Order: sequence, then structure tokens, then C-alpha cells
Amino acid sequence: MNAFLSWIEARIPMMRVANMHAIQYPAPRNMNFWYVFGFLATIVLVNQIITGIWLTMNFVPTSEGAFASVEYIMREIDFGWIIRYMHSTGASAFFIVVYMHMFRGMIYGSYQKPRELLWVFGMFIYLALMAEAFMGYVLPWGQMSYWGAQVIVSLFSAIPVIGPDLVIWIQGDYVISGATLNRFFALHVIALPLVIVILVFLHIIALHEVGSNNPDGVAIKHQKGSLPESEKTPYKIHEYYTDKYDIADDVVPFFPHIVLKDLVAFCVFLFAFCYILFFAPEMGGKFLEHPNFEIANQLKTPEHIFPVWYFTPFYAILKAVPDKLFGVLAMFGAIAALFAMPWIDRGTVKSWRYRCGLHKVNLLLFAVVFIFLGYLGGTPQEAWKIIASQVCTVLYFGFFAALFLYSRNENTKPVPERIPR
Amino acid sequence: MSDVSVDANTSAPGPKGPQNNTRRRFLTVATSVVGGVGIAGAAVPFIASWNPSAKAKAAGADVEVDISAIEPGQLIRVMWRSKPVWIVRRTPQILESLSQHEDKLKDPGSEAQQQPGFAQNQYRSLKEEYLILVGICTHLGCSPQYLKGGAFEEVVQGVPDGFFCPCHGSKFDMAGRVFQSVPAPLNLVVPPYQFVDDVTVIIGSEAQEA
Amino acid sequence: MRALVLLLSLWMPAIATAASGSFTLDHAPIDLTDKASLQRGAQVFMNYCSGCHSMQYQRYSRTFEDLGIPEELGSENLQFNGDKPTDYMKRAMPETSAATWFGAAPPDLTLVARVRGADWLYTYLRTFYVDESRPFGVNNKVFPDVGMPHALQPLQGTPRESYEEVMVDGETVKRYVGIQSDGDGALSPDEYDQAVADLVNFLEYTGEPFRLESEKIGKWVLVFIIVLFIFVFLLKKDYWREVH
Repeated sequence: MNAFLSWIEARIPMMRVANMHAIQYPAPRNMNFWYVFGFLATIVLVNQIITGIWLTMNFVPTSEGAFASVEYIMREIDFGWIIRYMHSTGASAFFIVVYMHMFRGMIYGSYQKPRELLWVFGMFIYLALMAEAFMGYVLPWGQMSYWGAQVIVSLFSAIPVIGPDLVIWIQGDYVISGATLNRFFALHVIALPLVIVILVFLHIIALHEVGSNNPDGVAIKHQKGSLPESEKTPYKIHEYYTDKYDIADDVVPFFPHIVLKDLVAFCVFLFAFCYILFFAPEMGGKFLEHPNFEIANQLKTPEHIFPVWYFTPFYAILKAVPDKLFGVLAMFGAIAALFAMPWIDRGTVKSWRYRCGLHKVNLLLFAVVFIFLGYLGGTPQEAWKIIASQVCTVLYFGFFAALFLYSRNENTKPVPERIPR
Repeated sequence: MSDVSVDANTSAPGPKGPQNNTRRRFLTVATSVVGGVGIAGAAVPFIASWNPSAKAKAAGADVEVDISAIEPGQLIRVMWRSKPVWIVRRTPQILESLSQHEDKLKDPGSEAQQQPGFAQNQYRSLKEEYLILVGICTHLGCSPQYLKGGAFEEVVQGVPDGFFCPCHGSKFDMAGRVFQSVPAPLNLVVPPYQFVDDVTVIIGSEAQEA
Repeated sequence: MRALVLLLSLWMPAIATAASGSFTLDHAPIDLTDKASLQRGAQVFMNYCSGCHSMQYQRYSRTFEDLGIPEELGSENLQFNGDKPTDYMKRAMPETSAATWFGAAPPDLTLVARVRGADWLYTYLRTFYVDESRPFGVNNKVFPDVGMPHALQPLQGTPRESYEEVMVDGETVKRYVGIQSDGDGALSPDEYDQAVADLVNFLEYTGEPFRLESEKIGKWVLVFIIVLFIFVFLLKKDYWREVH
């Protein structure tokens, strides 16, 4: 057996990669529950890919056949409903874990130097994920699929001069039609998953190059020769890291310690996921919207249309701005601002544990505002909600503006040299 | 390559020396077993989803055929499980001829299980008059042609009627029995069927034992 | 007569509000495990709905199997258009004539409970009332200006709005209290409510025919995850004990 492994190893560095990136990868030992969402996102990605492949086996990507084929999968394929609900629940679960993962990055400053690219790759994953989810939502060809697509594609008509032609080009027709469905299908099942998988790969490579951040924002890699032997980690760490740095006694190996921690979180996550899957797959009309059980009808708009819940914060920002073009700009600006986080935050202290009180308030307010925007964008329009969305939009951008201002000369607490015991 | 290590435990010794290894080994095995059961369970829907769907099963349901209009010597085709099924009304001459060329057949007594029990006879049928066969060659799945009224003589000397597969030249007699020295190894398949009355046959199921 | 028109016009805003969904829905007594109720509901559906409405994603055979109806009995009593038991439950009426008669083809009802919700259906089917101004002579409380006749009228009887007179600011005002049947239907009001409940139960079933199976499997899956959690948690603790 060992001879066989050595034979393989001499030709392709499997164990070296496994050791470098998992078994002997140094992970800070103070990683808390906020650090499980990256692992969970990977699991959900795998779930989406596998269930997606299986759904493709019976899905009919035409405007005539799509809706019926989804019902066919649900009713006539053995356990087809499990596979379909795994995919639909997985879509929402993906955004839940990704939003948690992103907020983790924000509170612990994981976007700061030297992790700027890591953050940017992550944001690209988020962007690709939104495109993927949007196109996937069109495929069942229900009323919400159709009219949601109508609204979102129409956003591009706000672009001056080329907008209206661009919309027709995206649709491949004068309205959302079978042609649109076909191209969205191709992008949803082949192009975007490929892009996402490549980006996830780059995200992980970038992470392992700079190393994992932690709730204290304390570096675990120290300059070579700066630590006495007694302060170095007793665990076997790959020489890729130890050749360049002294690794402090602040780390555990990724495998098995972090993996086991992630698996504990995975069980909790799986419990919630399966509860929804088996007992409440519609999640009160949030994961699977009620009007989407009616086949797309080009002549009849549903009474209330809004995007699926994970888009609603941005949708609320769009609606808050009375001008069409500026509304679209504000919406894309809201995402662009997240991209720019590493440069908006001029502070040098990473974790909110050691930053000023204003920063903590700012972060919590941002989370509340984001959730509230989601509520505003995902419930029927009312007069007070327009004003509330406008206030929240200002607060949303206010978060970035305030951060930019106070982070320059921030009153921070002293950051310890080593992870506190 | 000295650091090539397969066992995670050797690369992760506790800072405070070896732990209680029995407990750890038990938990590792138990978790792996339970996890393995979980993975196997999760695989079930994916494997089961490849079974014929309700639609395929509905399409594969029994087919009821009215045979009252078949002329003597005529062959009609019906679809059963997306396969062609032949129903031939054999004339007395045809039935008589069946015993005359048995020396040229591979399996004249239908020893191979290519038919339900009720059809393991010279006529390979429930009623002598009606031959019911799955019209697919046992060689590579082509559908043979029905050559009748002497047309089969060109293929096999002295046998006026039979089935000839255009793909690779396999030959079958009027009971679907395969001739010697052709590529097809077995007699044509007789599907399960039953007569509801004199003119109605159900293809797909046998009569229940009374 | 003028007074009546005036009264009606006064009520128009109230009906308009009902359109926006402010009409309080009654709670539908749904129980998918009650096979007798589901069977009665299927019967109501086949007798009163299936002439115009399809269930194009649902097969007769599956309905019979899930509801515990022997196939021969089901074919005899619940299939009227000569379909095979394995066929989908398509409406008897051709698509084109349906569209001509009603202006639009009556919608498929396989998934209607998932679109509208059971409570809405339960209330909707019990709030038709006579309104001669409408093409079919009836209107509906939760679906104003509905383009459908009151198909269950033979069961309910002629439904009329009933009002009570109340004093508001010294004036007598009529307030809507509910729907009252003239009593010319086959069923008493309670029996009618039960028939509608059965029908809605059946529609709830067809919307998600695997609901009970899902919950049965789901329970075992959740139990399994708890077991897995225990082992993973203990193993994790074992490894991390040396760290803290």
C-alpha cells in the first residue's frame, strides 16, 4: 500500500497537497462558530451541483415543457421531490451561509491587508452566485419566474442609449420567452457553475497563501527566527509554512481539529436544512413562492411581484430611488461598495474586538439595516415603506461613509501579540 | 518525501502527549460508520430516481388488443413498453408446417426461457391460431421482416413463411424459433399475455392461477 | 330601487377593499391523514369541478392508490370520460370551448392549493352570493367579479348575502354578517361546510401528493442527524480537549 502511494506521490503530489492544504495547514485555534460558514458554503455548493445534475436529467428547458417537467420530477420520478427540494432549499441555504460568511469577514476585518484579493474573489463568487440564482429561478417557468425575470432584465433598460436594445438582446426576443429560458438554462447549468467552481478554487488558494484570519485578528505567522522554540506550535505543520515563518503555539491543524468543528456545525445546519426540506419546503412562501406554482402567463401579472428573499435588500434600494437610472446605479453601487471594503476601511486593526465602539455600532446597524431592507423589498408596497427604504438606503451607504471617515484616526484598543489564552 | 503521511493522528499529536487512544479510536470508527450510513442513505434518492418513472410505468402498462379483425395469415403490430409486439393469425397450413423443419432449428423445443411457461410448446402460444411475439431480433435488436406466402422460401428452402432479420440475416419460423447457422442465438421472445375473451388479448400480464 | 342602487354603490368601496385581500379568511380544517375526507373530496371534485378544470399533473391511478380507493371502484365511480386509470386527470371539456364559454380556459387545479392556500379556497368556495349584475348571476367575497359560476350551488342552494342592521352615529346601517343559503340545496349549511372542507383537503393533497411520505421520511432523517451529531460532537471534544 505504501509503495503504491509513493508511486503515485512521485508522479502527482496528492499527499503533499493534502498535507499542505488540510492535514498540516495551520489554523488559528480561536476560530469560533462564525468560521464554519465557508465550510458550509462549500457543502451547499456540492449539494447544488449534484442535485442540479440530477434535475437536468428530467428538466425540459422549453417554455412549453419547463413547468410540467418540474411537476413531473416532483411527482413521477422516484424521490424526485427530495432532489428538487434539496436544490430549492439549497439555493436559499447558500445565501444564508454566504451572508453569514461575509458578515464574519466584516466584523473580524478579514478583508484587510493582506486579504484584499481574498475578499475580492469572494465578492466575485457572490456576484456569480446572484446571477446563478436568478437564472435558476427563471427555469421552473412559474409566474414569479417569468415576472421576476421581466423586472430584473428590465433593469438594464435604464442604461442610457443602449439600454432598450440591450434588453432585447438579453431576452433574445421582444419579451421574456422560450429563447430567454434556453440561454438562462445553458448559463445556469454549465457556464456559471464552472465560473463559481473556479472562483471558489482561487478563493481557497488565496486564503491559504495569506492564512486564515481569526476573531482576534492576531497573526499566527511570525517572522522567521522571532519565536523561541517553546512558543512554537507542537503540531506538525507543513514546511511550506514553517520554512518561511515561525508558527506560534496558537494554531491547530485544519484536519482533524477544524474539520471536526466544521462537522459539528454541519450537523446543526443539516438538521435545520432537512427540517425545511421535509416539513416546510416552501418556508412560508419565501423559499418557493406561492405564485410560482402557477405556470407563467404573459398576459397576467401577479398581484405582488418581488424577487426571492436574498435579492430583496437590493431591490428595496432600487425602489427607494425615484429615478430609474439612479435607482439601478444605487443598487449596483450597494454591491460595488462591498467590493471596495478593503479600501474603504483605512484602519489597521482587524477585529471589532479591538476597534472603537462606533465601529461596533456601525456594523450592527448595518446588519439590521440590511435585514430590514430585505423585509421592505420583499413585502407588498406601502407608503411608509418607501420612506423607510429611503432612510435605510441612506443608512446603508452611511455605513461605508462613516467607516471611511472614522477608520483614519480611530481610537483602538491594543491588539495582543499572541492569541489570548 | 519523508513527510508523506497517511495517518492523521501521527501528524497531529497532542501537545500534552498521547491521548486516551481507545476512546478516540472508538469514536472515530463510530463516527465514520454513522457518517457512512448517512452518505449511503443520501445516495438512495439519487439511485432510485433512475428507476422508470410513473410516466414510463404508465406507458409500460398492459395493452389491450382487439384481435377480431385480423385476417388469417395477417400480422398486426402493437406497442408494448415501447417495443413492437406482433400478433399473427396463423393459418392451418402454417401450423402444420411447424413440425416439418424442426431439424433445421437451434432450439425446437423452446428449452431456453424465452417465453412464459404457457408457451413452451411447439406453437409457442396460448392458442394455436394466434402467435404473439416481441418483434425484436435476439441478435442485436433489429425488428425482423415478416415474409409470407412463399417469400420465405428464398431464405430457407422448403419453408414458405417466416421472419427474416434484414440487419444480419437471422431467420425465424412461424413460431419465432430461430434457425441454425444464423447470428441470433435464441428464439424470439414471447411476452406474457392472456385472453380476456375470444377476441380480446391483454399483453403484459399472464392470467392468475385459478 | 334607487335606494338599492345607492346602497350597492355605497358598498362598492367595501368590495374593492376585499379585492386587495382584506377579507378575513376562515381556517380550513385540513387533515391529509383523513382518507375518508380525501375520498369524499375527490368525489366532489370529479362530480362538480372536473367538467371544466383539469388536474393535468395528477394521475387517476396515483389518486386511487394514495387515497386507498380500489382501482376498479375508482374507475367506475370517479372516472367519467373513458380515460385509462393511468391517465392524467384532464378535464372533460375541450380547451377551445372552455375558453369560449368563460372568456379564459378554467385554470388547472393540481397546484391550486399551493398557489392560493387552503384557507383561501375554503373561504372562497363558501362565499359565493347571488348578484344578478354578473354574467353567471353570482359574485364572490374573496374573489370579486369572479368569472366562474357557483358550481357547488346544487349542494349549497342559492346563496345570499345576509346583513344585520346596526346603529352607527344614530343611523341605521346594514352590516354584512355572512352568506345564507335559501335552503334549496342538497346539503345543510354544516354538511356543505364539510363538503367544501373535504374538497379543499383533496386539493391540498394533489398540490403535494407526497406530503405525508415526506414527513414520515423526514422524522427518521432528523433522528439520524441527532445520532450523527452526538458522535461528531464527542469526537470533536476529544480532539479539542488537548487544545484548550
